[in-house]
Amino acid sequence: MFAYIVRRLFAVIVMLLVVTLVTFGIFFAIPKLTGTDPASLYVGKQADPATIEGIRQKLGLGQPILEQFWHFVTGIFAGRDYTGGGTSDHCPAPCFGYSFRTEQAVWPVLTDRLPVTLSLAGGACVIWLLAGVSTGVVSALKRGTRIDRAAMVTALAGVSLPIYFTALLALAVFNNQLGWTKAEYTPFGEDPGAWFSGLVLPWITLAFLYAAMYARLTRATMLEVLGEDYIRTARAKGLTERVVIGKHAMRSTMTPVLTILGMDLGALVGGAILTETAFNLPGLGQAAVTAISNRDLPLILGVVLIAATAVVLANLVVDLLYAVIDPRVRLS
Amino acid sequence: MTTPVTGAAAPAATAYLDVRDLRVHFPTDDGLVKSVDGLSFQLAKGRTLGIVGESGSGKSVSSLGIMGLHTVGQYGRRKARISGEIHFDGKELLTADPEEVRRLRGREMAMIFQDPLSAMHPYFSVGHQIAEAYRIHHDADKKTARKRAVEMLDRVGIPQADRRVDDYPHQFSGGMRQRAMIAMALVNNPSLLIADEPTTALDVTVQAQILDLIRDLQKEYGSAVIIITHDLGVVAELADDILVMYAGRCIERGPAEQVFYHPQHPYTWGLLGSMPRIDRAQTERLIPVKGSPPSLINVPAGCAFNPRCPYADKPEGGLTRTRRPELAPVPGQENHHAACHLPPGERTRIWTEEIAPKL
Amino acid sequence: MNVPRQRTETLLKVDGLVKHFPIHKGLLRRQVGAVRAVDGLSFEVRAGETLGVVGESGCGKSTMGRLVTRLLEPTGGSVEFEGRDISHLSVGAMRPLRRDIQMIFQDPYSSLNPRHTVGTIVGAPFRLQGITPEGGVKREVQRLLELVGLNPEHYNRYPHEFSGGQRQRIGIARALALKPRLVVADEPVSALDVSIQAQVVNLLDDLQDELGLTYVIIAHDLSVIRHVSDRIAVMYLGKVVELADRQALYDKPMHPYTKALLSAVPVPDPKRRAKRERILLKGDVPSPISPPAGCRFHTRCWKATEVCRQQEPPLAALETGHRVACHHPENAPQDKAS
Repeated sequence: MFAYIVRRLFAVIVMLLVVTLVTFGIFFAIPKLTGTDPASLYVGKQADPATIEGIRQKLGLGQPILEQFWHFVTGIFAGRDYTGGGTSDHCPAPCFGYSFRTEQAVWPVLTDRLPVTLSLAGGACVIWLLAGVSTGVVSALKRGTRIDRAAMVTALAGVSLPIYFTALLALAVFNNQLGWTKAEYTPFGEDPGAWFSGLVLPWITLAFLYAAMYARLTRATMLEVLGEDYIRTARAKGLTERVVIGKHAMRSTMTPVLTILGMDLGALVGGAILTETAFNLPGLGQAAVTAISNRDLPLILGVVLIAATAVVLANLVVDLLYAVIDPRVRLS
Repeated sequence: MTTPVTGAAAPAATAYLDVRDLRVHFPTDDGLVKSVDGLSFQLAKGRTLGIVGESGSGKSVSSLGIMGLHTVGQYGRRKARISGEIHFDGKELLTADPEEVRRLRGREMAMIFQDPLSAMHPYFSVGHQIAEAYRIHHDADKKTARKRAVEMLDRVGIPQADRRVDDYPHQFSGGMRQRAMIAMALVNNPSLLIADEPTTALDVTVQAQILDLIRDLQKEYGSAVIIITHDLGVVAELADDILVMYAGRCIERGPAEQVFYHPQHPYTWGLLGSMPRIDRAQTERLIPVKGSPPSLINVPAGCAFNPRCPYADKPEGGLTRTRRPELAPVPGQENHHAACHLPPGERTRIWTEEIAPKL
Repeated sequence: MNVPRQRTETLLKVDGLVKHFPIHKGLLRRQVGAVRAVDGLSFEVRAGETLGVVGESGCGKSTMGRLVTRLLEPTGGSVEFEGRDISHLSVGAMRPLRRDIQMIFQDPYSSLNPRHTVGTIVGAPFRLQGITPEGGVKREVQRLLELVGLNPEHYNRYPHEFSGGQRQRIGIARALALKPRLVVADEPVSALDVSIQAQVVNLLDDLQDELGLTYVIIAHDLSVIRHVSDRIAVMYLGKVVELADRQALYDKPMHPYTKALLSAVPVPDPKRRAKRERILLKGDVPSPISPPAGCRFHTRCWKATEVCRQQEPPLAALETGHRVACHHPENAPQDKAS
């Protein structure tokens, strides 16, 4: 087991390096090929050639790509000094460079925005798990009945309606018409009540989509599990249906749900772009959108790296959870 | 002539298990599947009944019906349609409160399934699954139940039971898993044990061990046993009485020796002729049954076996294709019944002159 | 199949055949051991005969089948077909030989592609080998279907439209398409109902007589093996422990394991259950990852002595045509029994 974890962690590191290299390559090499100068992006179009040259020196944009990559990676772990044009700036340890647009260091921007995204993803996750899994179980147990069909039609709507539609609809009804909620993000530390009321609508909107997917997944898995021999055995032992379903069937049903949950959560940390944009939440997704439209290369790199790390780590956690749940994985 | 034995004419419910005219039908998109279509038999405590048939003959479906497993947990609209009567220890099960049947299940009647790997939950330890079966019917704490599980594992011959009790099913070999299944079924000393193909997934040496174990345990606990199998060798090892099923109905039943030495139904002859036997001199050829088992949606009219029966044209007037033969006593043989239009004398003649010499 | 054949030409010769499947473990995925599925098999199959191979699950009989048909490459030893060593031939070099060596599989449900018609399935060997039979593929396929007792008009049907027994016939027709010399059948009837088993056994029998086929039939069912085989090899943990003519093996088994196997077979005769002496083997088959030293059967054998724990008994001919690997054989000729 220990060897397995070490091997997996090693794979995670290699994976992240590859992701960084590819992203780095795309964002720094393509401007070069198309003739856009990253240095001029940084200082703006009107700057004189001397300033641009100074910036290029200072940011090391004239160096070969691999060398730039090396500086970038070491910067993340050891910090980095930018020297050139007579000034020297130190960028401390997790150094992701400076935003081309705002000239702020990227790392504090990311740490500022991460809690927003985590709040959104975490809260939505709780809602969709509760709603999705219970709907799926009820649907499976009542398969073919009206309840089942109603639930599955709703789930189909949830899967197919785009977020920006449901988000705007929710905003229009609950915010503008009824005034129940506030479309504004307040950090949890400042005012938990405001944090909650500001996030309730985004949570529900995002959870609607995911709950629908989870309901369908849970229903399908539960139906399959109910056909298993060991469920028949459980009944033959005289267990009550509550134990048969709640213990024996649920345990197996949750395995695939957990797998998907890990991946979904990982992906969401990268930013629920549509939800954050629709509700004007200052999260990572929104940062990514702004960064892309501004061609703010260091910020894009930062967001991509955070997202990739989240996905890879979530996968690792899922695999370890698998071992906890399934003795066949743990003991072989 | 003989009088047909129907459910109504059967004796009063004195037997420990008395199944009368059991029907289990499943509605499907293609039509009504008549898996069991009028099955009656009795079983006394301490006796073993072997139910023999091929896949789709309804042998497993009827045993699940006795356990009430067609009604529990069937949530959708496609419920099995069950009719008939099942008297178990004087109580009629089909009309009883499902909760009452549940409390009998696992305590008074228990079941062993064919594939012990898929029949045990992969995520729970063997001991946990046995203890669970004990605790649902007994007011026992976890420690007592665990002790009981170890005791049972030990009884069914698992070496170092106190250590293996915490193992998971996949850590057991096939034979040990089946022993653990038996331990789980017997943990509450049931008075009826149904074993559905208990040795089909096992190797021959392990099969012998398991059959011995079932026989010993039956002697020890004096329970009634139903053993369901397609293997005539297995029933010959264990069963006192034999019931042969074809297309959802019993076509022959009687004491084991009579069914093996004086079989009355052409299908039973076919089964006997189909299996190579190592206890006899080598035969040149096997005598198979032609064709394949019928669809249970469109069971052939008349005798369900008529399209495969070499003697279907012997009874006059196409009787085999129009009228379904009822189970009738075989003259001169106590408790031996067969459902065949051939006259009993003719059947005995065909068996002794044409079939038996070739086996 | 039951007439003793006079021909003694050796079609298949297996010598010291070994197949180990490596197990990797640990941080660096080093090989820590191997499943010794087949661990030194030697036997030959004569043209026109049926060799039955019997043993319990995990004894390596299926691996053996895949080795002699070269679906697997042996780790050691050799497989000779018609005097030619085919142990390490490449896929390309094996292709022409695929005409002569065919395999029938156990599961008639998963061994046929559900998306192909019966015509396509049975005709596939012709396409793969680039052969056009006389009268065209379709006519030949229909002839084959008829040969195995299927309706030639079912050429365009799909496997799911057939019953298990009929599917097994389709598998047989496919195996016979190129008129092979050797057919290896791995549990050809064990997935079928009793009444259907007999049909397929008889069919294999007829086809052998008609086409002069040589069979290696692998099965766990000792009754079926006795019925179909001329000679029988009994396998235990990757080794042949006894190899003899059918009659000799069933009447006078020499290896204790063979004796135990035979005694365990349930017999459809209720009177015999009281009389019979059954040898109950203790425990389970040991793991093929670390088989016992010496005689592999000694952990379960009631006759085992010190020599069994120390020395591996060779497969020696104690009587003409009766080879057994045991230090304390049963039914052995007096002078050789130890």
